[in-house]
Amino acid sequence: MLQVGLTHFLIVSAILFSLGIYGIVTRKNAVMVLMGIELVLNSANINFIAFSKFGNFGLSGQVIALFVIILAAAEAAIALAIVLNIYKTFSNVNVDEIDHLKE
Amino acid sequence: MSESLLINICVVILILPLVGFTTVVLLGKRIPKLYLLEVAILGIALLLSIIVAYAKLSDYNAKDIVASFTWITMGNAPSPGAISIDLGFKIDNITVLMLFVVNLISFLVHVFSIEYMRGDRLYTRYFAYLGIFTFSMLGIVLTHNLLMMYIFWELVGLSSYLLIGFWYEKKSASDAAKKAFIVNRIGDIGMFAGILILFTQYKTFTFDIIYQQIASGNLPFGSNAWLTAAGILIFMGAVGKSAQFPLHVWLPDAMEGPTPVSALIHAATMVAAGVYLVVRIFVMLTADAMLVIAVVGAFTSLVAATIALTQNDIKKVLAYSTVSQLGYMVMSLGVGAYAFAFFHLVTHAFFKACLFLGSGSVIHSMHHEQDIRNMGGLKKKMPVTYYTFLISTLAISGVPLFSGFLSKDGILAGTLAFGKLTGHWLIPIIGFTVAGLTAFYMFRVVILTFHGEPRDHHKFDHAHESPFVMAMPLVVLAALSIFIWYTPNPINANAGWVISNWIKTPTQVVPNETRFDFMKTNSEEAPASTSLHGEKAEIHGEVVNSVEYTETMHWAHYPAMFLSLAVAGLGILIAFMFYQWKKLNADKLAEKIKPLYNFSLNKWFLDELYDMTAIAGTLSLSSILAWFDNKIVDGIVNGSATVTRFASRMSGWFDTFVVDGFVNFTAFFSGFVGLSFRRLQTGKVQTYIVFVIFAIIILLMFFKPF
Repeated sequence: MLQVGLTHFLIVSAILFSLGIYGIVTRKNAVMVLMGIELVLNSANINFIAFSKFGNFGLSGQVIALFVIILAAAEAAIALAIVLNIYKTFSNVNVDEIDHLKE
Repeated sequence: MSESLLINICVVILILPLVGFTTVVLLGKRIPKLYLLEVAILGIALLLSIIVAYAKLSDYNAKDIVASFTWITMGNAPSPGAISIDLGFKIDNITVLMLFVVNLISFLVHVFSIEYMRGDRLYTRYFAYLGIFTFSMLGIVLTHNLLMMYIFWELVGLSSYLLIGFWYEKKSASDAAKKAFIVNRIGDIGMFAGILILFTQYKTFTFDIIYQQIASGNLPFGSNAWLTAAGILIFMGAVGKSAQFPLHVWLPDAMEGPTPVSALIHAATMVAAGVYLVVRIFVMLTADAMLVIAVVGAFTSLVAATIALTQNDIKKVLAYSTVSQLGYMVMSLGVGAYAFAFFHLVTHAFFKACLFLGSGSVIHSMHHEQDIRNMGGLKKKMPVTYYTFLISTLAISGVPLFSGFLSKDGILAGTLAFGKLTGHWLIPIIGFTVAGLTAFYMFRVVILTFHGEPRDHHKFDHAHESPFVMAMPLVVLAALSIFIWYTPNPINANAGWVISNWIKTPTQVVPNETRFDFMKTNSEEAPASTSLHGEKAEIHGEVVNSVEYTETMHWAHYPAMFLSLAVAGLGILIAFMFYQWKKLNADKLAEKIKPLYNFSLNKWFLDELYDMTAIAGTLSLSSILAWFDNKIVDGIVNGSATVTRFASRMSGWFDTFVVDGFVNFTAFFSGFVGLSFRRLQTGKVQTYIVFVIFAIIILLMFFKPF
């Protein structure tokens, strides 16, 4: 019987991380990029919880995961607000074109 | 009066003229009346010095008062290698007498100058210079160590330079000032070397400590010869300042300065500084050094007296007479007649200052006529000047009842005793000859100036007696040339308080074998070396001449007196025969012994000799050096300039092509690299993230942390 161990969690987390990075790198839409970032954060969360369960660290991993979720929520709120502002300014949320800080 | 109060008053006396000098120099332009302040300051200093002299001579007659502080300490003071330099005062009887003499004459000269210098362009500055001179002279008098002595010695040289060259628009005056300064430096080199010999051995400049060391047998470099050398070298300073042969040539030229200056500096005080120095170092003079000093002094007095015979400028005669009398003092120190040398210094200061001021009075009234051939008959016009001048002349000629007789007689007795004890008979012979010559030339001046008929009627008619401020100093100084101030017995100075109470000949501290026989201490007497510092101060108060010497001095007293009377009388008589009664004709005699006459008139051709030897030598040496400078040194400099130019051209080429090429290549290479890598910089965050991720993957593969 296959036992679900640390390795499986890490593999799922790695896949999620890769997908998140892929999203961040390939998407033009700023909202999609933000979603990629959520994926990366959640892969990190899975790692935390996995180590918390299988490692000998007590509950601190799960507490940190909770922090990350809260942070992610706050971040998503702020980032979406920024995106909205960008949209108001440029009528566009394409990250390649929002480069007015560049010369 | 307590000792500390005495010292403090001395400090005040020293500082006062300096304060006067500074004030007058700084404010003199705005407040021309400030010269009165300078005169008042000297008056105060005079009063204080009288108080100090009285207190010292009555309360502490046999005790020296020393006050000093450590100025500079090198190394850790108590340890053996360390040096500490003390500054301080030593106040003994000689000091307070000198204080009085210097301040009195300085004050009188100040008063005299008020009238004499009136209307001069630099009237106030003149008084400032007199102030700085008085300050320096007082410093010499008060010091207890050789270093301060040297410092103030040079300050005196400086102020003398300023005063001689006071009328610097006159070429002769500025030349004379330069000559005085340079000639004095020659002597000072010797003095400096002598001081350094002593300092090297004893690590101190203080007189008393040095003498204590010598007395305990610690000689410079362990040899008597070095001690003799130190004595003679320090004496060289005195040769310069006191105008001894061969460095006396500056003094007659110094008469270019204002006449009151001549009275103050070149008759009474500054030139006495040399004698004072020898007085201070007297105890460390070996027999050889003393013989040198005696011979130099005797020769100087003879040379100067013979020159004075034929001079026609009234101030020149007085100048040579000063040189001659200084020679007397130095000779007297050389033969061991210490007390009489100092006594003569004091009496000479008064009567010579009187003579100079008298001549100043004459010159003033004759509208700057200085040639005695153009004077004559001034007796009726200027009675005060005449009588004071006459009294001083009698004093310098050695006529009884006057001060000069007492001191001169003592010196001559000293030389006579010296001749008898050591066999150097030439010195007393010169001494008596000079006494006769002095009487002759001084009366020549008096007769030609004041007696007979006026020779220049125009100037005579304008002549007038000097006003009170000029006559008063003359009267005071003439009064001080009378015996009563020094001794109750007009023919025996030994009965007086100056010789019997105030000035005692100190013990020599040099090893017994280097002393004259008559100065040796008997072995029973406690050697001076055992005394500690406190007792050391007493040494100057001891009378130590051996019985033999005392007896000889006693023996010499009457012969010396009669002989000096005889030669002085003879000199005066001959002067009257020549110039007053015209029994003999001076011009004919001069014609008959023309070479001798010219020899004397031209001052033994010494100036010409120096021109030909020292000055010509210096000039040719400098022209050789100039040639060397122009050809060799400049050649080397120019050659190196050429080489440098060539080298810089080479390095310029190298710079342009090699260094610049390298720099430009670097710039080009950087630009190329920049261009190539610029493409990676897209400005897109997502691209960068791709780079980051691949970089992390590559790094992980490289370092394999798992």
